[in-house]
Parts: sequence; structure tokens; C-alpha cells
Amino acid sequence: MSDTADKVVSQRSSEVAIEMAGVNKWYGAFHALRDIDLTVNRGERIVICGPSGSGKSTLIRCVNALESHQSGRIVVDGIELTHDLRRIDEVRRETGMVFQSFNLFPHLTVLENCTLAPIWVRKMPKRDAEGIAMQLLERVRIPEQAAKYPGQLSGGQQQRVAIARALCMRPKIMLFDEPTSALDPEMIKEVLDVIVDLATDGMTMVVVTHEMGFARQVADRIVFMADGQIVEVGEPEPFFTAPRHARTREFLGQVLR
Amino acid sequence: MAPRNFVRTEIIPAQPPPAGTLGPLAWLRAHLFSTPANAAITILAVLFLAWTIPPLIRWAFVDAVWTGENREACVGAGACWAFVRAKFDLFMYGQYPPAQHWRVNVVGLLFVAGLVPMAIPAIPGKRWTVLYLLVVFPVAAFILLRGGMFGLTDVPTTRWGGLLVTLVVAVTGIVIAFPLGVLLALARRSRLPLIRVLATGLIEIWRGVPLVTVLFMASVMLPIFLPSGVTIDKLLRAIIGIGVFYSAYMAEVIRGGLQSIPRGQYEGAMALGLSGLQRTWLVVLPQALTISIPGIVNTIIALFKDTSLVLIIALYDLLGMIQSATNDSNWAVAQVPASGYAFAAVIYWALCFSMSRYSLFIERRRAAGRPR
Ligand SMILES: Nc1ncnc2c1ncn2[C@@H]1O[C@H](COP(=O)(O)OP(=O)(O)O)[C@@H](O)[C@H]1O
Ligand SMILES: [Mg+2]
Repeated sequence: MSDTADKVVSQRSSEVAIEMAGVNKWYGAFHALRDIDLTVNRGERIVICGPSGSGKSTLIRCVNALESHQSGRIVVDGIELTHDLRRIDEVRRETGMVFQSFNLFPHLTVLENCTLAPIWVRKMPKRDAEGIAMQLLERVRIPEQAAKYPGQLSGGQQQRVAIARALCMRPKIMLFDEPTSALDPEMIKEVLDVIVDLATDGMTMVVVTHEMGFARQVADRIVFMADGQIVEVGEPEPFFTAPRHARTREFLGQVLR
Repeated sequence: MAPRNFVRTEIIPAQPPPAGTLGPLAWLRAHLFSTPANAAITILAVLFLAWTIPPLIRWAFVDAVWTGENREACVGAGACWAFVRAKFDLFMYGQYPPAQHWRVNVVGLLFVAGLVPMAIPAIPGKRWTVLYLLVVFPVAAFILLRGGMFGLTDVPTTRWGGLLVTLVVAVTGIVIAFPLGVLLALARRSRLPLIRVLATGLIEIWRGVPLVTVLFMASVMLPIFLPSGVTIDKLLRAIIGIGVFYSAYMAEVIRGGLQSIPRGQYEGAMALGLSGLQRTWLVVLPQALTISIPGIVNTIIALFKDTSLVLIIALYDLLGMIQSATNDSNWAVAQVPASGYAFAAVIYWALCFSMSRYSLFIERRRAAGRPR
């Protein structure tokens, strides 16, 4: 990491990792995010759930500016997201994202997938990047697949590579958008285990998921969304045992059977 | 009837298929005689081949004349390869001074020396090969072919001809058309409206005009617009015309490849913090170009064959040379034009066919290494 980046970090002594205040987003005339207020502290693990189309992906994608918001404030790791491209790049360097559909690069080997961004974005020497990548591939338990292409791996293995790829950038915040929704049932656990492992390590993370067992196990707080709004935020115990909002009860009634 | 409840006690081992589904006879039955209609087509095709192939072989080989000084040798019913032999140097080099032919040959060797290590994937050092092919070779080729420096006699491009001109126009045309096509394809998908409109306009203009028109414009109209005293070599004008014309086709082929890259690839790259240029260069283009290989090769083959149109602006490429040679009164005999054109066809076909096979080879290799 460069000197200037170190300086910026030291200025951000705050405990807040992500702050969203009064965030609104429209797709054309469709109001997709409505007055979102959410503060995520460093080391906190947030699970976002809610019915399909409620804006979970949109919210999480606003955090690393894959979608732009039209009003309100989003501050990530002390950097406010504006239209300034340099700030967007800076935020993306500090946040890792894992997608439902993996989005690995099929023309690169697993190892090359992991070293691409460190080499080109962090300007890391190739050898160092490969060292780190191998460490992280070991951490997600697939070092033996390093020379293969993503197409040769199972879905669960691909998703673990995607997690390792994101971690190779040494992000401060990890975003997961339904990381297990595209997986066959027998592969869900191997991916969740890796995420739990990360959570235990104190990584700040925001996870969109329908895996309620996982949510109960790792979440510090659970955010329930419906119709582009945050309907309820709470710690897992009260959230699952005594949901306060009617929409939450209805949703939990459907997913916990 | 199967029982309602069942638990397997032993595993069934794999067994060979029933007799008559493997072997050459089974293959024949499945592929050539599977239905009465198929059988009829097979028989008709065999009859057609029996009717056309033997006369062709008789003309090209059995009755053919291989040696001779002039038309007297070729009064028979077979091909007149003696004519091709007598004019061979003309077909290869045009009016390039015979004492200087070695320069063309050296350029040919230099080209092969770059092409072979480039084309064989197992040979390492592709970066240096590209550098050689794109920088060292063109400079060396220009100096050698054109001369006028380093003690080499000056050979104006008006004396170049035959296969030399065909290859110079084709190779240079491809070197212009490919990168320009990539740029146009990217520009056509730009988020900036001005760039997008400009690229779309250029592509549609070039695609909407016949190549013949482009060549006429390059040879007749361009000089009108240039300030007086400035002249651009006619061969160069033709090359630029063909290169730019085909860049429009190349752009559309590559745009198709770009379109097939899923959004997730861009998002994955963005989320890693790669810049727009890095996303394009490292993630999107390699995939889009791989997907576009069949279309790109198709365009290159079309370009290669269309180099024969330079004849209409009085540049004598392989086909032009052959055509003008058939007018030689020494060789004014019935079999000469057919033989000349057959020779041209064989050369064009051999070059295009090898390009096509090579692209298949590369496609298969990619598919084998990177299953999805
Ligand atoms: N690019 C887009 N253009 C238009 N509408 C969109 C777009 N992306 C999402 N939406 C709409 O916004 C709403 C929220 O989408 P999303 O955030 O993906 O929901 P979730 O992830 O909770 O299922 C949905 O109604 C969806 O149709
Ligand atoms: Mg979603």
C-alpha cells in the first residue's frame, strides 16, 4: 500500500465502516431505495434479508458504487461516494464483493483470477501477488485448483475462488450478494463455512442471504427490507423470536417453516 | 410391475453395446444409408463425383503439358502448365527487377520467421514475436522491398506485382483493419454519445459502399483533395482503402463478441477496482476476441480474396498478372487462360484454406483448455 493511502487510513480513525444516510435511488421512474439509513461499524456482521425485488442487491451495490444513488450520503471507510471517479476507485479497492453468479473470469486460471487486481490495481509484484493468492486459496481450501480454469470447477469451488479473489485485494469490508443462491444444496455448506470463518476473523461484512441458520449464527444485526425500504433492524435473537413489524412476521413465516 | 419399495443390493457393471452399433459398416449405415432419401442422395452424390472428377484429373494431370516454350506446346486438350512455368516469376514478383528478386525472397523468409513462432502456441516469447512482427519486420520489409537506401537499388511500387502485391496488400490491410476494427467496435459501445455516433457513422458509411467504389475514390478522388505537390503512392492508397473498408466489417464482428460478454464480467472487474481501460484490456477484450475468432478469420479471408480488386485501379496483383499474361500473343492458345486461372484459384484456395484450418485449430485449443 502506498504512503498516501496509509495517511488517509489514519485519518479514518472512526469506528464506522459504512454510513448510509437518507439514500434514495430510482431506476427510471421506479423508486428502488427509499430513505435508507444504515450504519455499519467496523467488525460488524450485517445480514440483509427480504423478499425478492425488495432492493437488497441495489442497496449492497450502492456501497461499492456498482449502482449510483441519486440522493443521500454514502460514506465507506471514510470516503464519501460522489460522482468523483477517483473516490469510487478508492472505495472499490477497500471493499470486496462476492456475487450470486461468481463472475469469475473464464479466460484466466484460478490463480490469475486472484492476482489480476493486486497486480494491476495495487501494482504488486507478480511473485508477491501469487504468494498472497496461494495463501488465500488455502484459506478457502482449494489450493490444489490454482492452475485450473473456473469452468473446470464445481459451483461451490468457483464461489470459494471468488471469495479468495476478493480477499486478495486485502479489503476492509466484504459484500456478499446471495453467495449461495446459485449453488446446488450439497455445496452451500462449503461456501458458508468459508464465510463463517471470515466472520470469526473480525471482517466487516454485509451479507444478503436467505440462509436464516447462517444469519442466526454469524449476524450481529439483521436488516429486513421490503419495497425498497428498511422495515426492521435487530439482533438475531429478538429478530427471529419476536419480530415487531407485520411484514417481518409474514416474511419469516414463509422462510422459516 | 416394479415393486413399490425397493433397495438395491448389487451394482450393475457397465456392459458393451448391442452388436452392430460399432464398426465401419454400422457407421456407413448410420451416416449414409439411414433412410431411403439419404441412400438416394448418397448414390446421386457418388454418381456426380464419378462424372466430374475423372475428366478434371485427365485435364489437370494426364493430358496436361508441363514443358514448352510457347503456344505450340499447348494445342492439346490438357492444361497448359508450361505457360505457368514460363511466367512463374512474373506471377510471383510482377515487374520487380529479376536481379533483385532475392530481396523479395528475404522478406518472405523474414515474414515466415515471425509467423511460425507466432502461430505455434507451444513456442514461448510471444511478446518478442509480436514486437518483431509489428515493428522490426515492417521496417525491414519496407527497406528491402522499396530500396533507395543502404545501397539497395530503388524499386518503385509501380514495378511490384503478382503474389508480392497480393501479400503486401493483404498483410498490411489486415494490420490496419484489425486494430482499427477493435477501436471502432469499442467506440460504438462507448457511453459517450459523440464517440458512439461517430463510430456508428464511420462503420455504416464504409459498410454501405462497395469496395470497388472505395478503391476508385482512393485512386481518383483522394489526389483531388490533397494539396498540390503532395502525392501518395497508389499502392499505399489501395492498402489504406482496403484496410479502412474492412475495419468496418471487423468492428461489427468484434462488436458481436463484445455483446456476448455478460454484465457480470464487467461488474466483477469493477468490484475489484480495475479501471475502465483495465476492464476492457484485461477482462473483456480477451474474451470477446476469442469468441469472435471465426468471424475475424472469415473477414480476413474475405479481405485476402478482395485484394484481387486492386486490378481495377491498375495494380497488378497475382490475378492481375495472370490475366495480363494470358494476353501474351506468344501464348495465344485456348488452354492458356483456363490454366492461368486454375493456378490462381489453387494459390488463393491454399492460402485461405490454411487460414481457415488454423482458426479451427485455435478454436479447439481454446475450447479444450477452457471449458465453461
Ligand atoms: N438495472 C435495473 N433497471 C431497472 N430496474 C431494476 C434494475 N435493477 C433492479 N431493478 C428493480 O429494482 C427492484 C429491486 O431490485 P433488487 O435490488 O435486485 O432486489 P433484490 O436483490 O432484493 O431481489 C426490483 O423491482 C428490480 O426489478
Ligand atoms: Mg438480489
